[in-house]
Amino acid sequence: MKTDAVTTAPGPKAPVLSVRGLSVRFRMRGGRQVAAVADAHFDLAAGECLALVGESGCGKSVLASALLGLLPGNARTSGSALLDDGTDLLTAGERSLARTVRGRRVGLVPQSPAAHLTPVRTVRAQLEETLRELTGARRPALRPAAERAAARASFPAGHLDRYPHELSGGLAQRAATALALIGDAPLLLADEPTTGLDRELVERTVDELRRHTDGGRALLIITHDLAAAERIADRVAVMYAGRIVELDDAERFFGRPGPRHPYARGLLDALPERAFVPIPGMPPELGALPEGCAFAARCDRADELCSVQPPFDGRLACRHGARADGEEPDRA
Amino acid sequence: MLELTRVTAGYDRREPVVREVSLSLAPGESLGLLGPSGCGKSTLARVAALLHRPYAGTVVLDGEPVRGWRHRAPRAQRTAVGVVFQQPRLSADPRLTLRELIAQPLRATGRRAEVADRVAALAPAVGLTPELLERRPHEVSDGQLQRACLARALVLRPRWLICDEMTAMLDASTTAALVAVVESYRRESGAGLLAVGHDRVLLERWCDRTVGWQECSAPGAPQEVMGPGGQSS
Ligand SMILES: Nc1ncnc2c1ncn2[C@@H]1O[C@H](COP(=O)(O)OP(=O)(O)OP(=O)(O)O)[C@@H](O)[C@H]1O
Ligand code: SF4
Ligand SMILES: [Mg+2]
Repeated sequence: MKTDAVTTAPGPKAPVLSVRGLSVRFRMRGGRQVAAVADAHFDLAAGECLALVGESGCGKSVLASALLGLLPGNARTSGSALLDDGTDLLTAGERSLARTVRGRRVGLVPQSPAAHLTPVRTVRAQLEETLRELTGARRPALRPAAERAAARASFPAGHLDRYPHELSGGLAQRAATALALIGDAPLLLADEPTTGLDRELVERTVDELRRHTDGGRALLIITHDLAAAERIADRVAVMYAGRIVELDDAERFFGRPGPRHPYARGLLDALPERAFVPIPGMPPELGALPEGCAFAARCDRADELCSVQPPFDGRLACRHGARADGEEPDRA
Repeated sequence: MLELTRVTAGYDRREPVVREVSLSLAPGESLGLLGPSGCGKSTLARVAALLHRPYAGTVVLDGEPVRGWRHRAPRAQRTAVGVVFQQPRLSADPRLTLRELIAQPLRATGRRAEVADRVAALAPAVGLTPELLERRPHEVSDGQLQRACLARALVLRPRWLICDEMTAMLDASTTAALVAVVESYRRESGAGLLAVGHDRVLLERWCDRTVGWQECSAPGAPQEVMGPGGQSS
């Protein structure tokens, strides 16, 4: 289900998640601050998948951790992230997050699955325990239910009795995905759910997540795999140096007219099926961001106007982005 | 030439993950080896990088058969091969700064005197600033750390480079940037490349030729000359 390209409204249904002005800062030794996420703003509706893409270290995982209340102690948040029942994920206490939110209302497929699986228990035992806890399933239904849960994430039944350390990275990833799908939470966060998988498995995993979404759940998928994002997403959010700089319909973004933000254009041009040309330079340090647009040092359109932070209008944060109709911008 | 002939290798003799795989690479050539997750291509890459001793088969490096692996490999052979892995965090000593990490192979081979010059030449080539060079692995992103690991692989000017899923964890721009670094090193040095991975689009764009895992495992595969006894299937 792809949403209308032209409006920024979340579509017909009320958003499952509504994020406004979300910022995360880390306080470092010596009073230094790292602005890992700045002023994020988006809605996510039931049945919709939003893909968050961007370079390594741009703040994607920190954003996901903030939505789960899993930030480390040196983090400070501001803004709001409301679920449709009014729960603010940024201010809800750890007790209610643990009891009623995580796993039940917000599911997570973690970026490093090995770290999230219990080392001393087999995959089967962990699936059964999660089923018991979140769905109330009991023997004898538990065993087939665990096998079905494994199959949904393409986890091979023959490996169910293995311990996490006996799994390859790809298998651990699928075990974590299977666990995350069990709670059937209305909002699922998937942080790099396809790392370490080959193309065929990427497609199977992504298609399963899409089916899950089509069943009426909302999905925020964080990925550096643009092909996976194109396959699954209704909308794409591009993050650069902690800020969402472009948010658009996936078909327009990957097809025509293409991305409007110079960074997003560069990211697509870097693909081996496209120009295979890297964006020059590297992202700035989040602890030492320049004044104005953080991409300016790498941008061939930068000028004096860019020395003031470009505001995000719900679609784009750029002084000279391509026009929404795909025509070249006026260089005013 | 880098020639692997009927290599069988793994972690359990009764169940080797690599069975009778053969491939050969000419100087200056780049070969992409494509295979699905878990097929054993990383194990083969480690055999080719002289890091994993095979159970059977031969590896011949520039005409010289390899007789020892890891620290038993003669220095001249060990330093002829550079290697980059998928997960930089697993292959980088967390106590070292990126500068020390890049210089590690020089120190290990008693070539300390060259450290300053080589690091000064490589850091800008892989896109690392002087400030980043003084940081430790936990203070940089995966992409930055992988840039350092690539510089470390190039620091001894290897004639052969083995890249095992070097870019699987990286975004599109960092991927294109690191591939460009490898290719410019190869143009200037004439080094050969074995790039192992599962991304067909990437390997076909990057390498002179690509072969599938199956083709190298099947005896008598047309492109891969077999040792005596190889028969067509
Ligand atoms: N506990 C922390 N203290 C200080 N800085 C942190 C902490 N955790 C993360 N950061 C910084 O926040 C920034 C964003 O990190 P994050 O993990 O969100 O990146 P990412 O976009 O998910 O990257 P990747 O694609 O590599 O997973 C990075 O610069 C990182 O160094
Ligand atoms: S605001 Fe200016 S520097 Fe930033 S991306 Fe747009 S054109 Fe480039
Ligand atoms: Mg991350």
